[in-house]
Amino acid sequence: MSESVAQENRLKGIGASPGICIGKAYLVDKEGVDVVEKYTIKDEQLQGEIKRFKAAVKKARDEFQTIIKNRPEELQRDYILETHIALLDDKMLYGKTIETIQTEGVNAEWALKKIVSILKATFEKMGDEYLKERASDVVHVSDAIMRNLVGVASKNIAAIDKRVILVAYDLSPADTSQINLARIKGFITNRGGKASHTGILAQALEIPAVVGLETATIAIKSDDLIIVDGNTGTVIIDPSEQTLFEYEERKNGYEEYKAVITRESHLRAETTDGRQLEVMANIEFPEEVISVKNYGGDGIGLYRTEFQYMNRLEFPDEAELFEKYHEVVELMTPKPVTIRTLDINGDKAIANRSGLDEANPALGLRAIRYCLRKPDVFKTQLRAILRAAAFGNVRILFPMISAYYEICEAIRALDEAAESLEKDGLPYTREIEIGIMIEVPSAVILADLLADKADFFSIGTNDLIQYALAIDRGNRNVAHLYQPLDPAVLRLIKRVADVSREKEIEVFICGEMAATARHIPLLLGLGMDELSMNPQSMPRAKRVIRSLSVSDARSFAREALKIKTARGVFEMTQAAYGDIIAELEYH
Amino acid sequence: MVAEKNQKKYRHTTIRNELGLHARSAAQIAGIAQNSNANVWIQKDDQKADASSILDILTLACTKGTKITIIIEDPADVQILKAIVDLVDSGFGEK
Repeated sequence: MSESVAQENRLKGIGASPGICIGKAYLVDKEGVDVVEKYTIKDEQLQGEIKRFKAAVKKARDEFQTIIKNRPEELQRDYILETHIALLDDKMLYGKTIETIQTEGVNAEWALKKIVSILKATFEKMGDEYLKERASDVVHVSDAIMRNLVGVASKNIAAIDKRVILVAYDLSPADTSQINLARIKGFITNRGGKASHTGILAQALEIPAVVGLETATIAIKSDDLIIVDGNTGTVIIDPSEQTLFEYEERKNGYEEYKAVITRESHLRAETTDGRQLEVMANIEFPEEVISVKNYGGDGIGLYRTEFQYMNRLEFPDEAELFEKYHEVVELMTPKPVTIRTLDINGDKAIANRSGLDEANPALGLRAIRYCLRKPDVFKTQLRAILRAAAFGNVRILFPMISAYYEICEAIRALDEAAESLEKDGLPYTREIEIGIMIEVPSAVILADLLADKADFFSIGTNDLIQYALAIDRGNRNVAHLYQPLDPAVLRLIKRVADVSREKEIEVFICGEMAATARHIPLLLGLGMDELSMNPQSMPRAKRVIRSLSVSDARSFAREALKIKTARGVFEMTQAAYGDIIAELEYH
Repeated sequence: MVAEKNQKKYRHTTIRNELGLHARSAAQIAGIAQNSNANVWIQKDDQKADASSILDILTLACTKGTKITIIIEDPADVQILKAIVDLVDSGFGEK
């Protein structure tokens, strides 16, 4: 009898995009075609069975072609789908399946499933990460054929006609490029992490997303009423009246508050004693410029450029890079756009060649080290940046500088890129500010030398804390030791700020620390000129700054630097600014 | 007939493009090999792959610097042999 009481079910995942939404679930079910029946085919019917298989392949090809034709302009250079089409009639897949139907006298579904599992196993056991990933290509392609074989019409996510919360095992770029995004209230996926495709997309759309839920597609059925809390990574299925009421309140509170601080976000962030601070945005896609503008950003403090190098088969060319940079620069002009050069190991992103396996990639060949090793890859990007600079206010930021010679070589590469553009007669400007990302402790120690080569420093706190305290945030055993308020971290930041003042260059901060309301008084007191953060956090940061005075913040920072533990600094912040923080963190 | 006899049915070459035989380069080779009269093979050490299959080529896991041998079975496919070797030598048009 107790069953008659609606049981609410809570799932815990990773909050990949903030916000709260309540609505009906829409399940994109890929599991449905996994159950394949085996039956024998009589000799005289074998040809018919092969024909049926061929027809399913043809339909799958038509579907892929339709997706390609209709996909948005920005995805036109994505070759994944073209590769999938080529795989449809690959001998190892197509030929072998037909052979299996013939020799074993089995139905097409079973033959296909058998061949795919063999192929999958072959690729999955390969040492090379790139090749391992090809197993998923085989699966995607066979899913498309299988759907047409079993006759289950592929749920057409393009045709969603009501506002729903999308629930999926995983969302591939091919899936998301078909969705009418205006219809989606939120995303839930079994797989994925904070930086997954789904999370990034949801953040750009400013809708909540919870990923990494593992069992979401099993626990949730289409049309179930669910609550998605992207702030805490919680999903509630069949919520009770009381829970529903509570979350409606929370949702309204969140949205109202967001509206209030957003309304005033266009005003400058000026302290009570008249000091103006620039509040800038960290972005990854041109589409995010809209949120930057909506939330009153004073410019872009960090434009991450890695995405164009990821999930593809070859490096982007200059024209493609230029197009993206140009778009952002032009939309933001005359406000500054800080373009950070490639901050990953590009070979890993593109091909993941086995020769490059690194036991410890965080300490490996990445960012500026990789770029200096690959002058051609670097030059392509530098040329694109200099060309975009002709259209607005561009600053360049070199990541992971850990030695003096690295910045010298980076600047030389920039000069060479400028010379080659001059030779080619293309419009560009070399008159751009040069910045050094301070995220390695050696760069802090060498800050006085590095300052001679730069117009500004940008402190990347996420990596600086990780490298300074030797803490891997992803490691559960030590993650709690990752403390932005650690006295060691504060001293590092102070040194960078002091050197900047002495050498008369600007100093910015672009890590998560800048987006945390609680840390802003301290950062202001230490002398930061600019704070850069995700666009959604800007209104909040501006509100904090408006309630502070620089002179108070400075004496606060001086006192804080005397404290010996992170806990002590935390408590001191609480005592001095607890009321301001409480107002902001309550929501 | 004499010409046919003298035609070698295999040629050695080395992968020189940065990315190695990844999906797109494999697709280019397969595209050529699919026009052959008989089987065309790519051999790496003692492993052999069907050159008309992207998936089979990928399983060879050829990175930059890998030495491979392209083998034809029918002497009439000598143009195919040449085209594939030229493609590999050109680095698949990667910059």
